[in-house]
Parts: sequence; C-alpha cells; structure tokens
Amino acid sequence: MMRRVLILAALVLLAVAPLVLPEFQVTLLNYVGLASIVTLGLVLLTGIGGLTSFGQAAFVGLGAYTTAVLTTQYGVSPWLTLPAGLALTFVVALCLGFITLRLSGHYLPLGTIAWGIAIYFVFGNLDMLGKYSGLAEIPPLTMFGWRFGDSRAFYYLIWVVTLLALLAMRNLLDSRSGRAIRALRGRSLMAENFGVDTARLKIVIFIYAALLAAMSGWFYAHFLRFVSPHPFGLNNSIDYQFMAVIGGSSELWGAVIGAALLTLLKEWLKDLLPKIMEQSGNFEIIVFGLLVIAMLHRTRDGLVPYFSRLIPADTQRLRPAQAPPLPRRAQPQAGEPLLQLKRVSKSFNALAAVKDLSFDMQAGEILGLIGPNGAGKSTVFNLMTGVLAADDGEIHFRGERIDDRTGREIARCGLARTYQHVNLLQSMSVLENAAIGAHLRGHEGVWSASLRLDRAEEARLRREAANHVEWIGLGGRLFDAAGTLPLGSQRMVEIARALCADPLLLLLDEPAAGQRYQEKQALAELLRALRQRGVSILLVEHDMEFVMGLVDRIVVMNFGEKLAEGSPREIQTNPAVVEAYLGSVV
Amino acid sequence: MNLAIALWLSQDAVTNGAIYALIALALVVVFTVTRVIFVPQGEFISYAALSLATLQAGKVPGTIYVLIGGGILVAALDGLAALRKKSLKFLPGSMLANIVLPLAVAAAAWWSASRPDDLLLQVVVTLAIVTPLGPMLYRLAFQPLANASVLVLLIIAVAVHYVLTGFGLAFFGGEGVRTHMFPDLQFRVGILDISGQSIGVIATSLTLIVLLALLFGRTTYGKALRATAINRVGARLVGISYEFSGRLSFALAALIGAVSGILVSPITTIYYDTGLMISLKGFIGAIIGGMTSYPLAAVGSLAVGFLESYSSFWASAFKESIVFGLIIPVLLWRSLTTHRVDEEDDS
Repeated sequence: MMRRVLILAALVLLAVAPLVLPEFQVTLLNYVGLASIVTLGLVLLTGIGGLTSFGQAAFVGLGAYTTAVLTTQYGVSPWLTLPAGLALTFVVALCLGFITLRLSGHYLPLGTIAWGIAIYFVFGNLDMLGKYSGLAEIPPLTMFGWRFGDSRAFYYLIWVVTLLALLAMRNLLDSRSGRAIRALRGRSLMAENFGVDTARLKIVIFIYAALLAAMSGWFYAHFLRFVSPHPFGLNNSIDYQFMAVIGGSSELWGAVIGAALLTLLKEWLKDLLPKIMEQSGNFEIIVFGLLVIAMLHRTRDGLVPYFSRLIPADTQRLRPAQAPPLPRRAQPQAGEPLLQLKRVSKSFNALAAVKDLSFDMQAGEILGLIGPNGAGKSTVFNLMTGVLAADDGEIHFRGERIDDRTGREIARCGLARTYQHVNLLQSMSVLENAAIGAHLRGHEGVWSASLRLDRAEEARLRREAANHVEWIGLGGRLFDAAGTLPLGSQRMVEIARALCADPLLLLLDEPAAGQRYQEKQALAELLRALRQRGVSILLVEHDMEFVMGLVDRIVVMNFGEKLAEGSPREIQTNPAVVEAYLGSVV
Repeated sequence: MNLAIALWLSQDAVTNGAIYALIALALVVVFTVTRVIFVPQGEFISYAALSLATLQAGKVPGTIYVLIGGGILVAALDGLAALRKKSLKFLPGSMLANIVLPLAVAAAAWWSASRPDDLLLQVVVTLAIVTPLGPMLYRLAFQPLANASVLVLLIIAVAVHYVLTGFGLAFFGGEGVRTHMFPDLQFRVGILDISGQSIGVIATSLTLIVLLALLFGRTTYGKALRATAINRVGARLVGISYEFSGRLSFALAALIGAVSGILVSPITTIYYDTGLMISLKGFIGAIIGGMTSYPLAAVGSLAVGFLESYSSFWASAFKESIVFGLIIPVLLWRSLTTHRVDEEDDS
C-alpha cells in the first residue's frame, strides 16, 4: 500500500509541477526526464544485467545528430527522424555490442569508454556535423498544429515518455526474458544450462539501453534546438553512470531519483556556491565530488534501495491463477537406451579429473554416481551439460552426440541439472527462480514483454513453476526471496527449477546435502514419484544410506576412473569399493 | 614521410610511451591490490608538474594546502577510530604521518621557493608533496568501501577525480605551464637529433620499472602487495591487512604519478586537467596488459605511444579517435585469449 501511495503522490506532484513552477525550474525538470530515460537504460544494462557502459552519451548523440542533420540539411519531418535515429542507433549498437560485449569483466567498461570517446571525436571533427560548433536551428516538434515550443509544452511530452519507458522496463523485468536478464549477472552459466542464449540477450539489452539513449537524444535536439559534441562526451556518459549508481542501479526508480538528484544538485551548486564563496572558481565540482563520495559511503547500493527498505513492501501476492498447462515432452519407453558415455576423459593441466570413463544408462532408471571426494563426479556433470569440453571420448544422449554441443543446445535435448553449490538468484522469489527452468518452454521476447503482449504465455509459465514448487513442498514460500530459505530448501528449489524444464534426464548434484533425516525421506519419495512418471535420474550423492535405498544401479568412481558398476547390493560387497572408501584391509 | 620524420616520430613515441608505461604500472598496482580503477592517477601528474613550476617561479604551491587539509582529515578519522576502539596504539604514528609530516613538507616548500635555482630540492619537495596524497586519498575515499563492487569504487574514483581537478583549478588557475629541467642537450646520431630530455625520460622510466620489479620480487612489502592482489581473503588470513596494502599501493601510484609529472612537464604544456588524458592513455596500455601484467602493460603503453605519434602525423584531427578506436580490437583479442571468469562480482 505504502509504496503505491508514494508512487501516486510522485505522479501527482509531477503532473502539477509545471503549473506552479517558474519556467526555469520546468526546464530543469525536462533535463531530469531526459536523463532519466538514458539512466533507465543503464539500470537495465548495468544494475540488472551486470554490463557496465561508459558510452551511453554517444548514443544520445547519435539520436540527436541524426535528427539535427536530417531536419536542418534535408528538411525531413522530425517524426520521421525518430525512427531513422533509432534505426541508425540499432545498427551501431548491434556492431559495437557484437564486438565489445564479448569482452569479459573489466574490459567491457574500458571498451565502452574507448568507443564512447572515439564517437565523440567523430562528432567534433566531421564537417557535415558542424564540427565543434555544432548544428543550430533545429525545428521544434509540432503535432496536429500544436507547437512544442517552450519548456512547459515539452514537459508533459518528456515525462509521459519517461514514465512509459519506466513502465515498459517494469513489464520487461517481470517476464520470461526479464528473469533471464537478471540471471546474466553472475549466473550466466546456469542460465545457459536452462537454454538462455546469454550472448544474444546481452546484445539485446545493450541495444535496448542504446535505443532509450537515442530517443532521449532526439528529444534533446528538438527541445534545445541546437546540438554540439560537448554533451555527448565521456563526462556525460560518466554522469549517467553516476545517476544510476547514486539512485540505486538495482531499482527502476533509482534512475529517476538519481537523475533528479544529480541534475538539481549540479544546478544548485552552480547557483549557490558563487554566492557563498566570494571568488568564482570551480568549487561546484569539488563540493559535488565530495557529496557523491559522502553519499556512497552512507548508501553504497544507492538511495532508492536504502530508503525502500524502510518502506514496507506490498507483500500481498496472489498465487498464480489456473492456466492451460504447457505442452510436455513424451518420455521415452522404459529400458530404451538413454545416455552413453564412451571413454570420456578430461584433464586440468596435469590432473586427470576423468579418465576413460564409460557407462550406459536406460530410460526410466535412477542411476547413482558415487565416489570419494575428488573422484570427478561433478566434472562428469559439467561435461554432460556443456559447462566443460571433454578432451577425449564421446557422450551420446538418445543416440545423438552431445559432448560437442553448448549447454544451451544440450538443454534443448531434455537434460536439466542442479548444482553442487546452490545456484539460485538470491534476491529473486522462489517462484521466479523456478520459472527460469521453463525458459525454453516459452517464446515471448523482450519487446513483447515490454508491451505486455506476453501475458497469456507468462501465466502458463508461472502456473507451471508454482506447480513444481508446490509439489516439492515449498508452496508456502512462493514469493519469498530464495536467499532467505535454509540451504536444504534452496536445494529443493533447484530441483523444482530443473523440473520446470520438463526434462527427460534429471541430473542431481548432491540433492540431499544439508537436508535433515525427514527431508531426505521426503526427497527420496519425490524422486521415486518422478521415476514413476518416466523421468530418468542421474544422482551424485555422498549419503550412502540415501543412495542405496533409492537407486536401481550404481557407478562408482575413484580418481577419475570407473571402479565398479552394479546393483546397490553388488556394490556394497565389492572389495575394491570397500577399499576405496575405507582403505585397504591388511 | 621520410626516414628522418619517421625516426623523429619514433623518438616522440618512445618518450611518451615511457610515461604511459609508468602510469600503466601505477594503475595495474592499484587495480590488482584494491580493485579500484584509479581515474585520479592523472591528477598526481598535473599536481606534480604544476607544483614544480610554481616552486620554480619562487612561490609556494597550493597543493601544500591539499596535503595539510587531507592530513588533518585523516588524523581526525584515525582519532575517532582510536576513541571508538579505546586504543591509542596507532594514534602517535598517524599524527606523525598526517600532521607533522605535511607541516615539515610545507616548511621545505617555503624554503625551496626562496631558492629558485635548486632543481634537486624542487624535485624532492614536489615528490614529498604529491606522494603522501596517495595514502590519504585511500584512507578518506576508498578504505571505508573496500568491499564495494568495482563499479561503485570506479564511481568514487571519478568523484575523487572531480574533487582533485577542482582543487587544481582553484590553486593553479587555468593557465598551462612548462618547467625547465635538464639542460638543452642535443645529440646527433646520423640524421636524428636526440634530445637530452627524451633520454632523461626513458632512463628514469626504466630505472623506476626495475626498482618496482625489485620491490615486488624481493621485498616483504612487495610480496604482501602481490599476495593481496592474488587473493585478498587469503592474504588477510595470513595477516596482511588490506588497509596496509591499499595505502602502500596508493603511495606507489602517487609516487609514480609525481615522477611522471616531473618528467613530462618540460616536454608538454601541463594544465590543471591535462593529467586525465595522459592517464587514459596509460590506461589503454594497462588494458592491453590485461590490467594485471606489468611487462605487457609497459609494452602496450609503448604501442599507444607509437599509435598516437604516427596518427598525429597522418590524421591529426582524428588522433584521439584513432587511439581510442583501435583499442577495441585489442580488447577483443584480450578477452578472447584470456580465460573467462563467469561467476564474478556477485555482490
């Protein structure tokens, strides 16, 4: 409730502001709106997607210069230059994104600085763009004879667009693509394992942010009716990042708050300081820098997250309504050959983690893969799911070779896994975490999600996720952040997520670790029920009692090699296995 | 282009490249130890050059006030911390380093200003003004956020850059300066004139690089820094405090910045904000080295020097565009050849 009231109050304030404020202040608010649009893109790209860009101002410049050149030199209508600018930005962002988004870690921000500066110098040195003196006499916007000439007229246009952009972004984050985008930051291996094309998604959000920036640039050009290279340089790109970080780059409203704070602060300092200090100097930049440092020392995640903790969240969340179930795969006949490993090897430098490992698995069985610590069990999982590439040997799934495929392609074949180290998005709800598993069962993309055209499919995805979460026994915690659950329950959420993928083969990496006795019993029951449904399960586990009572067959590994294979009873009496576990009997 | 021009451009390239290499080294040290992408590195260059020029003009440079003011702030913070911990153990040391030392440097600066011909004294005083600024900056701006994400640290670094540039403008004004340093020696080798200035720059850079290599390879302090760079938690567990490593790395960065500023000031006109461009180019050198390798960073910086020098001959208007644009293929190559760490920066 509280949050809605606050947002409503903010909207009312925004609506009446131009009626009571003097022209100059309205102009400032227009700048806030223009900066908010750009910063919103950064929140998506950096705060949520984890990709830092210091080149956004260059995209603003692309939008502004496109319309400036086309309207002043070719007499094109401004309403046509908007799509033209967006198209140009799309192409440029696609090219830059294709090159720079492959940069990992800290290369990316530096790469964006590099092309940001390069584009700036192009603006400043091309004759067609008026070099450093820029282009003047850009026509104002007109619509149905109405002329957006002054700040007040422009105000509503800018703010309606800003709020629409905010709404579209909120829609996007609350969708299939949104969940995948949130997984980009630090969880991209997991996302790939559930079929998310992370490389493509990175380019998509990069373009999304660039288009927002270019749109802001188009407004800027027609609002100021003059462009010069100056506002599109590195300094402004840095300012946009400042806005995102200070406002709080993990929250959408952070973009608006950060933009407002920075714009108003700079203006205010410019105004106030010369009055206090007799001599004029560059004091505002000193005070500005000091304020930013002080602010981040107090609220390192930004202002909005800092204050939104104080405001109670709207906890009343409804269980996803009934929706037509998603189509399911046909499970293979029990006993059909499902998985073959043929002399698979993998070494890390001199250490052979997996050596000449071969085993087969039939559809409908639960196979246990056991072995002492460091035997190479998790490496086998990583080889099977495309996380690691095998040095030698072949892995076949239902007759198709999969060891040369990416994790994403393997996910399409019907393999789903859990992780030894819980790999959930800690701040995202249990329901949404599970829904990531169903990524490949939906098709709606970023643009349809932004416009809320994806609701029918989204309802089915959420219903599917809720079904699995309820089935594993966590129905009461659908909307809790995954990180607030105990570790054992988090492992169960991992299983629910894997089940959302409608797998033919479920790979479970130590699902019983951290579970209490009754929980282990319940887990074993669930896995038996899954086998009844025809799902095959490959299980890595340490808890012998759990494994022996559950599985049909066991493969024992030691030092990367297969030590034994057989029924639980055979394995328990196998002298080699006993020796590996308990040491040799003298 | 004939051979003489090519050689002349190359000499220019190597001289600038040597300075970029120094900056790149400083950036790599700071980044690996503290994860701070240290944008204000350039301010050390400007401060040193402008301070030296002011001393040569027979005046006391304003940077001394930054030093004294910063020292008082640090001492106050340390005093507060001591009160909170109820332990006065570290307080005398802090007072000595942050109050007494800056005052002593101020006295030396005042004395030096009255001796405009004593070049050595001016250089020493300049180094003594700029170097302590490094650890002070670390203590004031970065230490309280030591565990923040790289992005937040970078934003702080940019804010610090703003503050220092603002002070630079306030104390030195908008005018550019050049210092007079080495006598105008000229050697003639074949068709090439080699200036004593270039030789001075290259020799000093090489010496400093060798000294740094010795520091990192042979001394306990250097090894402590390397340990922190490789694994901060692990280093902490064996008793290396990150506060200490952070201060030391910032002191090194400030020292290197000051030396570069002194070296570059007779060749290029330095304004209060010139440092940023120089340090950005050092940055590119550091990126080529992957932000972690010292020798590769040096090689990368030389490459930047050459690129800049030759592109200013062929297309001077697009000089900066070329230098910054051509970095992208290098970045691409770096990121494709380095092992990808996916699950990083989860904070």
